[in-house]
Amino acid sequence: MIKGKAWKFGDNIDTDIIIPAIYLNTTDPKELAKHCFEPIYPNFESNIRKGDIVVAGKNFGCGSSRQHAPIAIKACGISCVIASSFARIFFRNSINIGLPILECEEAPKGIENGDELEVDLEKGIIRNLTKGTEFRAEPLPEFVLEIVSAGGLVNYVRKKLGGD
Amino acid sequence: MGKTIVEKIFQAHTSEKVKPDKIVEARVDLAFANDITAPLAIEDFKKMGAKRLFDPEKVALIPDHFTPNKDIKSAEQAKLMKEFAREQGVKHYFEVGRGGIEHVLLHEEGLTLPGDIIIGADSHSCTYGALGCFSTGVGSTDLAAAWALGKLWFKIPRTIKLIYNGKLKKWVGGKDIILFTIGQIGVDGARYRAMEFSGEIIRDLPMDDRFTICNMAIEAGGKCGIIEPDDKTVEYLEGRAKRKYKIFKSDPDAEYEKVYEWNLSDLEPQVALPHSPANVKSVGEISRVKIDQVVIGSCTNGRLRDLAIAAEILKDKKVHPDVRLIIIPGTQKVYMEALKSGYIEIFIESGAVVSTPTCGPCLGGHMGVLAKGEVCVSTTNRNFIGRMGHKESKVYLASPAVAAASAIAGEIVHPEEVMKS
Repeated sequence: MIKGKAWKFGDNIDTDIIIPAIYLNTTDPKELAKHCFEPIYPNFESNIRKGDIVVAGKNFGCGSSRQHAPIAIKACGISCVIASSFARIFFRNSINIGLPILECEEAPKGIENGDELEVDLEKGIIRNLTKGTEFRAEPLPEFVLEIVSAGGLVNYVRKKLGGD
Repeated sequence: MGKTIVEKIFQAHTSEKVKPDKIVEARVDLAFANDITAPLAIEDFKKMGAKRLFDPEKVALIPDHFTPNKDIKSAEQAKLMKEFAREQGVKHYFEVGRGGIEHVLLHEEGLTLPGDIIIGADSHSCTYGALGCFSTGVGSTDLAAAWALGKLWFKIPRTIKLIYNGKLKKWVGGKDIILFTIGQIGVDGARYRAMEFSGEIIRDLPMDDRFTICNMAIEAGGKCGIIEPDDKTVEYLEGRAKRKYKIFKSDPDAEYEKVYEWNLSDLEPQVALPHSPANVKSVGEISRVKIDQVVIGSCTNGRLRDLAIAAEILKDKKVHPDVRLIIIPGTQKVYMEALKSGYIEIFIESGAVVSTPTCGPCLGGHMGVLAKGEVCVSTTNRNFIGRMGHKESKVYLASPAVAAASAIAGEIVHPEEVMKS
């Protein structure tokens, strides 16, 4: 069970907002975290508490295929991203690196900045503790769940290749 | 019920029965990365316990984003990729000076062919759909998985068909068509969907313009852009294709999720205003916008035809005193052809600077980063906040014709404005 405060974002949050390209000369998650959401939320990382939750509108993560984007969000200490919808490549990248994401059309409309949330990832249930409301997220496709339960795509392939 | 071209391509790459929304594992014909995405992919490839690439012939590595290396950290990333290429025997590694921007280079080299399934760790990998293949951008871990296994999971996309009728006016081309389309359907108008571009206007378009259209499918959220191969495709591939290829076409009774149809005979040059590729207006609808910089190049518009159009407009004219014009040929071959055709001389005479091929300024990397408050007209593909530099700079997306004309005028104008004087 995840508990944290909501950080609200609008529609079409692109990967250049999540992590500006100027910082892509490194793959170090700690370095990337320092600049997460910098163009619209400077010092995001130092303002959040570990476990906080990003809540956004439609098409979150549109733009570039840079995997640095979900890596930066995860390395900040964000526990999960809830959005009305996700851009395709960002969705895959998040699953692959183990950043929990939930797609739910209604939840972002019923959550305000600073609301306390509780998320049951397995059941896909989002509770707004501040407002006393509850939302149900879209279930992940079965094949995608296989990757998640293997602990991400790296472990999934490792097993297929006959590793440990 | 008939099948779309995308469904047929998938069926040729998997033993599972293909239908929209189903997840299948499919073989890939080419899996490539650049200096920004390769380091993460290499890291994951090793973590997966993989020792050798599934087939080094089907892998390409291209230093293009922050190259020629802009700083020490970028140099380290490029070095890591080069060493991996050597260690794994990757023949299709293109060193600076022998390559260029990946999405201009790979089709020029004949490595992306009709009927292929192609993945690249770069979102603009959708470019190659112009040749009638399924081609899409993925993240670094997906790419590493394909490097290890030779295949990857895909959800078979539903297809949106876009039909363009009429005859385009002078100074209107592929860039205007795709900007118009994104303006109509929005930045998520084709999210998770295949975009099949068709109609008499597409058939009339040269290959370079078709690449521009498919290149920006991702800007509408598209999983791929695709155009059925025709005589122009086959002609383009003559003496270029490095392998045999197979042409697929959609059945007349194929099922489309949605069909858009437009007559573009009256279409004016299109411009996407800050800060979204969907914020599109006709050039005539934009009130006077003074500009500081113009960029002509990138994986969207760095091909020979783009430079030919820019040269036609810049010939015997001067870049406005307040403007810097940066022109970046997409590859060394494009550069050489532009040189032989006299375009480079025209550019330099006009007061432009010509750069070595690089993605550089498009993503605010180097070779044309914007200061606070500066305004740029660019033939690139994204105008997000801070995309080309300072978060308070602005980028207007346009065709090479509008970009070249605006460089002369010092403000955003219709190419006719500078050609009549």
